[in-house]
Amino acid sequence: MTKKINLPITDNDIKNLKAGDNVLLTGSIITGRDAAHKRLFELIQNNKPLPVDITGELIYYVGPAPAKPGYAVGPAGPTSSYRMDKYAPSLLDLGLKGMIGKGARNRDVIDAIVRNRGVYLVAIGGAAALIAKSIKKEELLCYEDLGTEAIRRYTVEDFPCIVAIDSNGNNVYETEPLKYKKN
Amino acid sequence: MEIRRIKAKTVTDTVKKLFMDCNYFIGKDIMSALENAKENESSPVGKSVLSQIIENDIIAAKEEVPLCQDTGMAILFVEYGDKVIIEDGNFDDAVNEGVRRAYTDGYLRKSVVSDPVFDRTNTNDNTPAIIHTKIVKGNQIKIIAGGKGFGSENMSAIKMLTPSYGIEGVKKFILDTVQIAGPNPCPPIVVGVGIGGTFERAAQLAKKATFRPIDIRNEDERYAKLENELLEEINKMGFGPAGLGGNTTALGVNVETSPTHIAGMPVAVNICCHAARHASAVI
Repeated sequence: MTKKINLPITDNDIKNLKAGDNVLLTGSIITGRDAAHKRLFELIQNNKPLPVDITGELIYYVGPAPAKPGYAVGPAGPTSSYRMDKYAPSLLDLGLKGMIGKGARNRDVIDAIVRNRGVYLVAIGGAAALIAKSIKKEELLCYEDLGTEAIRRYTVEDFPCIVAIDSNGNNVYETEPLKYKKN
Repeated sequence: MEIRRIKAKTVTDTVKKLFMDCNYFIGKDIMSALENAKENESSPVGKSVLSQIIENDIIAAKEEVPLCQDTGMAILFVEYGDKVIIEDGNFDDAVNEGVRRAYTDGYLRKSVVSDPVFDRTNTNDNTPAIIHTKIVKGNQIKIIAGGKGFGSENMSAIKMLTPSYGIEGVKKFILDTVQIAGPNPCPPIVVGVGIGGTFERAAQLAKKATFRPIDIRNEDERYAKLENELLEEINKMGFGPAGLGGNTTALGVNVETSPTHIAGMPVAVNICCHAARHASAVI
């Protein structure tokens, strides 16, 4: 079933999300991928403040292509999440509510999701031009020098994603392929 | 055959167009495979994912925007005729200028860092390109160009198998590599396999295999059969579109081979996402 969620996401929203649910997000999300995560992680390790408040946010793992004139954003599909596995638990422990990416997560991330009652959503990898239609506005937040990897705020309307790991740790990457495995 | 003079600008303009085209327009072979997969996919989620990928690729072509935000590292396989002279410049420089212009003027993402370990500073124009040049007889330059995203590149692997492994060992390594990649490389994938040669030749062949249209089988019927068998086995794994379950994990498997050493049987597996982008031109 498809669930519409207005952001910021609430604890109750997250509680009601089950692995495999289709979700349409409306509101604002932040972006960040490899290089930005490395910087945030180093700040956390050194007990320094972060340049962006991640409390209650969903972070979208994306490095968009440039926007053509007349477009709010360029194509902006998800990047592989496992590269952020090293960093995600610390961010969740600091109040991040969830991540949007693609592909499997390791045990540390799944444990951190359950521990913090968070959620891991996935968008369809390689559907960047289609996904960009649901992103209405972008605003640079920090790390402009990282170019496509800078942290931005996206205003989204009916941004399509799927619950991959819910707050109880149910994981579609573990359950779904087994249903179609034939050898 | 007479010496033929080609302007550097002709090379640059051709390369620019190839990289813009391959990032906007998915190949007919891939689109047709996606449509067939959508018909045959047994998972409802998988069917929906395939519909969205098809819709995405139609939007990209219509609006001339990249179909994936990872517009890749620029890779070229060049057959350079030995009677060709670039009259006002250098071939590699002309190619890199074409890449620079495509990625800048074509609103493609700049995804290259200058140093792999320490600086990791973006070069801001997606250069340098990876250029594989083979000198051939003739007075033409043939270029196959493609942008390769790293979600799938990172899932690739190479192994120096030895002769006693035989065909079963080859199949096992290829299937193990796809199994480990699982949902990460944006399935349905295209699997490029290079067998033989040396360490680096096998890897290069595997990449070249991903640039071959997936509706063309290896000319050697033994390897054509291997391609079909591998595709069937991979689609039994269950990963499905986007790795969310289904019977479409791969759209195609292409195998390329080369003579090798008496002691060796290297196998390289280059995995490519469903956005298998390549375009070609002859100058």
